Amino acid sequence: MKARVLIRPKEGILDPQGQAVERALPALGFEGAKEVRVGRLVELEVADSSRLREMCERLLANPLIEDYEVQVVE
Amino acid sequence: MKFGVVRFPGSCDEVDALMACRRFADARLLWHGDRDLDGVDVVVIPGGFSYGDYLRVGAIARFSPVMAAVKEHALAGGAVLGICNGFQVLCEAGLLPGALLPNSGLRFLCRQVDVEVVNRDTPFTRACAGGDTLSIPVKHTSGRYYAPEEALSDMDAHGQIILRYAPGHNPNGSVSDIAGVANRDKNVMGLMPHPEHAVDTLDGSTDGGCLFESLVEHVEEMAERVAGAHA
Amino acid sequence: MSGSATVAPHRALGLTDSEYDLIVEKMGRAPNGVELAVFSLMWSEHCAYKHSKKLLGRLPTEGPHLLMGPGENAGAVSVGNGLAIAFKVESHNHPSAVEPFQGAATGVGGILRDVFAVGARPIAVLDSLRFGELESARSRYLLDGAVAGIGHYGNSIGVANVGGEVYFEDAYEQNCLVNAMCLGIAQEERLIRSAAAGVGNLLVLMGARTGRDGIGGASVLASAELDAGDDSKRPSVQIGDPFEEKRLLECCLELLDRGTLASLQDLGAAGLSSSAAEMASKGEVGLDIDVSRVPLREEGMEPFEIMVSESQERMLCVIEPERLADLEEVCGRWEVRATAIGEVSASRRLRVLDGAEVVGDMPVEALVDDCPLYDLEPQAPAEQIYPAPARTLESEDPHDALLALMGSANLASRVPLFEQYDCLVGSRTVRRPAQADAAVLDLAADGAEGGIAVAIDGNGRRVACDPYTGSVEAVLECAANLACVGAEPLGLTNCLNFGNPEKPHVAWQLERSVAGMADALGELGVPVVGGNVSLYNESGEGPIYPTPVVGMVGAVPDVGRVSGTGFVSEGHTVALVRAPEATVSRDGSELAKLLGEELPAGLPEIDVAATWRVIEAVRDAVREGRLASAHDVAEGGVAVALAECCLAGGIGAAVSLPQLGSDQLFGEGVGRFVVSGPVESLEPLGDLAAAIGTVGGERLEIGECSWALDELREAFGALALAFP
Repeated sequence: MKARVLIRPKEGILDPQGQAVERALPALGFEGAKEVRVGRLVELEVADSSRLREMCERLLANPLIEDYEVQVVE
Repeated sequence: MKFGVVRFPGSCDEVDALMACRRFADARLLWHGDRDLDGVDVVVIPGGFSYGDYLRVGAIARFSPVMAAVKEHALAGGAVLGICNGFQVLCEAGLLPGALLPNSGLRFLCRQVDVEVVNRDTPFTRACAGGDTLSIPVKHTSGRYYAPEEALSDMDAHGQIILRYAPGHNPNGSVSDIAGVANRDKNVMGLMPHPEHAVDTLDGSTDGGCLFESLVEHVEEMAERVAGAHA
Repeated sequence: MSGSATVAPHRALGLTDSEYDLIVEKMGRAPNGVELAVFSLMWSEHCAYKHSKKLLGRLPTEGPHLLMGPGENAGAVSVGNGLAIAFKVESHNHPSAVEPFQGAATGVGGILRDVFAVGARPIAVLDSLRFGELESARSRYLLDGAVAGIGHYGNSIGVANVGGEVYFEDAYEQNCLVNAMCLGIAQEERLIRSAAAGVGNLLVLMGARTGRDGIGGASVLASAELDAGDDSKRPSVQIGDPFEEKRLLECCLELLDRGTLASLQDLGAAGLSSSAAEMASKGEVGLDIDVSRVPLREEGMEPFEIMVSESQERMLCVIEPERLADLEEVCGRWEVRATAIGEVSASRRLRVLDGAEVVGDMPVEALVDDCPLYDLEPQAPAEQIYPAPARTLESEDPHDALLALMGSANLASRVPLFEQYDCLVGSRTVRRPAQADAAVLDLAADGAEGGIAVAIDGNGRRVACDPYTGSVEAVLECAANLACVGAEPLGLTNCLNFGNPEKPHVAWQLERSVAGMADALGELGVPVVGGNVSLYNESGEGPIYPTPVVGMVGAVPDVGRVSGTGFVSEGHTVALVRAPEATVSRDGSELAKLLGEELPAGLPEIDVAATWRVIEAVRDAVREGRLASAHDVAEGGVAVALAECCLAGGIGAAVSLPQLGSDQLFGEGVGRFVVSGPVESLEPLGDLAAAIGTVGGERLEIGECSWALDELREAFGALALAFP
């Protein structure tokens, strides 16, 4: 099955990439965007979705600094 | 006394570290695919972009066969020094507390900085002079040290903060100006500055040498103690 | 056979009707689609140099230190003790204009491959960049992306970036220039050539899988099955992967150490087509390539796409069949993909197979040697073709002028760029960017006696003023930079960035520029070891400034004696070194630009021999090791040079010049230096050195004018604003 893992900087962790995007948007005329966070998307096909969480904890994300969200797509 | 410098695919400063180590003792390269440390006394994880640093800095290197041996070495009390990417790998491997995030300026930064030795009572800094400020270059994109508040005060209480950037020299937004930390037992240390690029007058600074000297002193003293115990 | 020949496709591919007719004649029949694709690239300006080859023959290519001249992936000079330095500069202008980060990154990747393709380990990268004025948002975007891309690739692969230059001129607004130079080191006997040899030997493709990168124009040949509108399947932007290249580099160098390879060639422009044809041509053999064996990144690629793809991080080698297992073992260890895709034949033909089916069959000679070469039709324009720059400085007061110059985009400190590059990896760097006029690398650990210095130069505006004299200046300027660190030139590489050579005035610029370069190099006795030509750099608003970029490598016998740019000690004497008859003029200078003055149609003639004597004298004085500092007087004239010496050393100076007009303070002209040291250190320079003042204090004082170092430093830091 297909799975999707969204990884983003943990709440409270300074995200300079997000801030850079947030600063750039008004410069291009897009006002009002706030709380921009830049993360990663990992797509993968797995036979057994039960181990996705473990994959995230051990490799795909660093739980100290990142939150992750697992979505089983199909 | 022998240093072992790990070479991952994507390591960049492994030969630099090897040459720096050889100024102070024997040294050899260790291949990432080998589980055998060949009896080295000190393991150095060098700078670079191990495995391209593609998922997250240092994230993939920690699963290489050599890192299993490095962990065993560390658990047995052996000294491990991580420089730059090596620091990132040791944090990812859980051998050091905290993590290294992208620089607050988001750019790669190569700059000579002043670093203060906070704790001289470690195998890595015992040869550094008191009140020393070391002039050592940094060069990295992800060097912003981070650890949660509680962890930081715990580390501080246990003397695990070894190096701080001098006032005005923090190049990356590291919390509390931290440039280098050790584990609780002080046998594993990581730092973002590159001491191997400050060992020759032609480098413009020889201040990085005291870290290698410290390790040589430490290993020799341990050997003497063992010999003394057996005598 | 697939594909069919009609008249329309060859035009779409950039071939003229007469070139197409010649192809039919050489083939003895009409080419099919695969063949036409291959011919169109092999006969392109980029591969065939059809508008520049005749001119380039005028450049000297012989010298006492030369080991490998033009024609190989990179040239090489001897640095003694059996060691060679291979080097080359190349452009990646058009890809960088499309996508600056990837364009610049793959430019670095390409020039690195050129160097390790000759068996040398890359040890240093330099870059030469040109953008529109910094006030332009597009220019700032291109600058930011290109610098980040250069840094990303070089830093990740672990090759030191030791210097470079950047200029901002309106003439580059529509056509930025991104030139990258690489140096590598090798044992002389290990230098390898790219000639394919040994009938029956295997052709092995190493590195990344092949995708539709950079197919661009050739996509008109796509068969009907692919929806012609589906451009997303044919990205023209090449994406670089430095981690792949790092493994490929280490793998190739290990294979060369073991003597596994018979020859090696990188895949650059025109991909497999060009690499295979070049290897076959040099080896006077033929090659059979089976495209069905090429590992692909995308499904359904057609043979012509595989032949012309410009996917990065690939190398082609020839090996004896019995060496294949050895090669596979080494490649396996470095996790580098290696696939035998063909073999060497005696046919002198490049045959393209798709499994059992022959889909292309071309004479190698026709591909490589038979492209028609064109004579230029140069004609000097009646008047200066470039408009006067916009005036940005109103005051002509020297105090204001110096601050404006120090803060101008072309002269401000480059440190905000240099800091984004790793200049230290490899542990050879003795003089970092901005510490001296040329980078200095110590080669002691490589087994050499001393070290080398390297610099890259090329002021397009000066060449626009006078293509001949401006190009003479570029060569002398580069040699002067080397002299400041005591280096004697061993060889030069150049990248000729010009507009459309079919236009008479551009042809004139090109012809005069090459003549100037050839004459200057002849006087210096320095050979060209190789380089690159980038033409058609123009937009509706006209051509770029003619921009010959020269990179020079020199020998430094004792790296411990090298001086830097900055003044060192209170009380040292400051001297101006110059030929007595040196001509200095404000025409075409940076100050003239700030004042919005017209570009002159001509610069004062240079006495090359006299200038070279001054350069040699400075080099010898530096080599004695007694001078405290040496700095070449370039853009912005003596006043700017003095200010730079003060800021680099963090100490002031008080000097007096015979005359204090803006021509004397800010006038430009090659062959002048500011040096400092104990008064006796100036003795070897004799009459060439005129003591003009003393180092010390917190201010720069020139006669009646005076500047605090802090105000100079603040102005000089202007470029940081371009990297928020």
